[in-house]
Amino acid sequence: MKTEVIIIGGGLMGSSTALQLALRGYKCLVLDREYPGRHASGVNAGGLRRLNRHPAEIPLSVAAAKIWLNIRDLLDSDCGTQFPGQIRVAENESDMQKLEARARQVEKLGYHHEEIIDREELYQLVPALSPHCLGGLMCRDDGFGQPFHALTAFRYKASSLGVEFRIGARVDQVDQFKGDWRVQTPVGSFKAPILVNTAGAWAHQISQNLGEPVPLSPGSPMMMVTERIPRFLDPVLGAASRKLSFKQMPNGTLLIGGAHMAKLDFNRERTEIEWRKLAVSARTVLALFPQLKDVRIVRSWAGVEAFMPDHLPVIGPGLEPGIFHAFGFSAHGFQLSPVVGQVLAQLIAEGMSEFPIEAFTIERFSSAKLISKQKVV
Amino acid sequence: MKSHYSLVIIGSGPAGLAAATLAADHGLDVALLDEQNQPGGQIFRNMESMPASRVEILGGDYQRGQELVEAFRASDAHYFPETRVWSLNTQGEMGLIEQGMARMISADKVLIANGAMERPVPFPGWTLPGVMYAGAGQILFKQAGLVPMDGVVLAGSGPLLLLLAWQYIRAGVTIQAILDTAPLTNLLRALPHLPRALMAHHYITKGLEYQNEIKRAGVPIIKGISSLEAQGEMSLERVSYRKGLQRQQIETQCLLTHFGVIPHVYLSRAAGLKHHWDHHQQCLRPVSDEWGETSSRTLFIAGDGGGIGGARSAEHAGRLAAFQILYQQEMLTKQQRNQLAKSDRQWMREDLHIRPFLERLFHLPPALLNRLPDNTIVCRCEEITAGEIRREIASGHDHSNQVKFITRSGMGACQGRQCSQAVAQIVADQSNQVISSQSLYRVRPPVASLSLGQLASLFPEEQE
Ligand SMILES: Cc1cc2nc3c(=O)[nH]c(=O)nc-3n(C[C@H](O)[C@H](O)[C@H](O)COP(=O)(O)OP(=O)(O)OC[C@H]3O[C@@H](n4cnc5c(N)ncnc54)[C@H](O)[C@@H]3O)c2cc1C
Ligand SMILES: Cc1cc2nc3c(=O)[nH]c(=O)nc-3n(C[C@H](O)[C@H](O)[C@H](O)COP(=O)(O)OP(=O)(O)OC[C@H]3O[C@@H](n4cnc5c(N)ncnc54)[C@H](O)[C@@H]3O)c2cc1C
Repeated sequence: MKTEVIIIGGGLMGSSTALQLALRGYKCLVLDREYPGRHASGVNAGGLRRLNRHPAEIPLSVAAAKIWLNIRDLLDSDCGTQFPGQIRVAENESDMQKLEARARQVEKLGYHHEEIIDREELYQLVPALSPHCLGGLMCRDDGFGQPFHALTAFRYKASSLGVEFRIGARVDQVDQFKGDWRVQTPVGSFKAPILVNTAGAWAHQISQNLGEPVPLSPGSPMMMVTERIPRFLDPVLGAASRKLSFKQMPNGTLLIGGAHMAKLDFNRERTEIEWRKLAVSARTVLALFPQLKDVRIVRSWAGVEAFMPDHLPVIGPGLEPGIFHAFGFSAHGFQLSPVVGQVLAQLIAEGMSEFPIEAFTIERFSSAKLISKQKVV
Repeated sequence: MKSHYSLVIIGSGPAGLAAATLAADHGLDVALLDEQNQPGGQIFRNMESMPASRVEILGGDYQRGQELVEAFRASDAHYFPETRVWSLNTQGEMGLIEQGMARMISADKVLIANGAMERPVPFPGWTLPGVMYAGAGQILFKQAGLVPMDGVVLAGSGPLLLLLAWQYIRAGVTIQAILDTAPLTNLLRALPHLPRALMAHHYITKGLEYQNEIKRAGVPIIKGISSLEAQGEMSLERVSYRKGLQRQQIETQCLLTHFGVIPHVYLSRAAGLKHHWDHHQQCLRPVSDEWGETSSRTLFIAGDGGGIGGARSAEHAGRLAAFQILYQQEMLTKQQRNQLAKSDRQWMREDLHIRPFLERLFHLPPALLNRLPDNTIVCRCEEITAGEIRREIASGHDHSNQVKFITRSGMGACQGRQCSQAVAQIVADQSNQVISSQSLYRVRPPVASLSLGQLASLFPEEQE
């Protein structure tokens, strides 16, 4: 059977799209320059968070949360998911006001998943927390999963439905050939009528090649993990006015993130840890849990992720027929991934999606495109 | 400690000591850091506070250690003991823990002289109490005068195993047997390199001397053994192995193993230096030249951390790196450098003659590295077996990083130092790949222990 869809990038977005297309009977080929999960999808913090999403992302995120709660139905694996809730902690009055305003905003949009919790409940849920906090904003069944396991589960399920994955297949060139899209890679050239660009932090190279440039900037958020310590924390914590994502994993290790960026040499694909910023991360953790000061850091790392200027992804058709994009998840794509696959599969199979995706069009950068074209002239 | 030096040297073994003394004597502003509490490195560990009787047992090399340390102490180099480096980059910035306190310092040039570590080789039963590495055994002796109980068994291969046996015999320990895992064919492969090796004959005469004394003491050396296993319920009760077609066993409560030493590449890898896989030494090595220059202008490497050459080579390599740094810092002209470095270069060149012979003689049989039984633990921190690893390889995870992500092997407290090589070997073997510089787990800093509180104390000026 002839390949109907070529997907560039076998991260979560590409694999999820392949799975949803295969469920709809499409023959897909996923090309990845590396092994699957080499980049953002394999090394992220695994946070499953609706909490504090941009309003435009809420419908997708709410739908994704439902899928994650029963992820085994889709992927035959629970992907290490747990749903102890996520909380943004208020450390002072102005934090609390900020969170209350946020809760009202979400209510107004017709959603009820973000709830204010008072001081008493906060300390019931997180007894180990430093006593200065005043309350928080909580999504009760947010949680976390294990990203590399989730990615693998997407890939296995998609493969079992006939999706072909090729590694070491870096797409260097895209063009049109007798009505098909054709891609050149070191392992051969491939063609299909439909092309999906889920190339993560490299997606702008593909879209540039298609004549659809976007202001994507690759960035590399850092993470740290500590030695195992006895269980003291269930929910995933963030803070209202600090960069933090903090959780205790089932095995007792602490996972500390917060979107502080490493130095990135994009061309050499090398990241270098910025201890200066991780020191801030460590101070944030100790401000909330001073008792952790002697806990040892076992590893730190950074993953390469695509950031858009407005921190919203591009999801939808490209400017040319047969092109579809999903990239630029700006460090919060793990949670959205099951739904992003659905959106693209619906667009490809039915020409439209049940989800509102106007905020994510690639056209929103068209003016930028015009400007950059004018510069060349 | 200042926040900046012209030259920081990491490691006070023969390489670091020689380099520090030389650079300081030429007027360079040098700091020498080491996590140990006294200078000397692995070979001359605990030298300054060791009783004379123990020095006597350890053998003649200690004389040389004394000279190195004395020259260093007399120099103007700054010395910081109990100072561990946990991060390093190509801008010459380093994260340290100095006697419990975290700090960041920088240098125009950094010489990595962090030496070697014992090659970790998992085998059935290696995690049982009573089984340990010979190097660890030797450290206990050097540091605290502790020796194993009578009846200890030594197994593995490499010069250090013989050295340790010789030292134990001199300390009055009864060794039941030395089980040599080097295949008998190694000698055949090594022999053609013997004539050249004789140009550096001091090694060979020394090796023969050890062997003779071990024999004289009545310790059996059983050559060409395979399928080594440590067995016991709660702790080691016996060692089992195959000799020819027969399986044999020895009752013992203590087994010390040694499978050679490999460069301690964690700092050099964390710094992003270029490395290559050395198929003869069966390990990863940083790419460097005769002068210790690496793929970074700022970072130099000398001694066993750059590739295994032993203590004497380390000393000369340290001096060569120091000469090159002095030249680059414009404290020596090229001519002066060449003139002064003449005998060190000569020594290094001659020393290279012995390497092909030794490397072939002590080459580890591949089966030891990649044919582990499925139920053998490979990652001892996370208790992951060879079978679990093979299962994931079979389902398509054919890089050690993927195996790590999916099984957690290498994610424990030792940061993969113990299993990185073994997992890479198993992956390469099962997926028919040739092992390469890309085969090991990616290095995730910090490369040494660092607490949240220590990290939090750094960069106090930095805001959200
Ligand atoms: C450290 C970190 C923490 C994060 N934490 C969270 C979190 O807690 N919660 C959350 O929801 N999200 C989180 N994210 C974000 C999330 O990981 C990403 O949004 C998501 O994985 C993006 O998936 P992707 O498929 O677009 O990208 P990727 O996983 O990067 O996949 C893109 C793939 O495309 C391939 N590719 C690129 N160019 C080409 C080419 N030319 N030809 C062929 N293949 C190509 C790449 O090799 C790569 O495998 C985090 C990200 C990072 C880095
Ligand atoms: C356990 C062991 C025992 C050995 N015993 C002998 C022996 O008895 N005789 C012999 O001939 N050879 C021995 N060797 C071989 C040894 O590698 C060389 O003989 C010689 O010591 C190499 O000299 P060097 O200067 O390159 O490194 P070393 O002598 O190994 O010195 C390196 C120094 O760097 C320090 N260091 C490492 N990492 C850091 C860090 N991150 N921060 C701060 N300091 C750091 C170490 O504490 C050490 O003192 C031994 C090797 C090992 C691994």
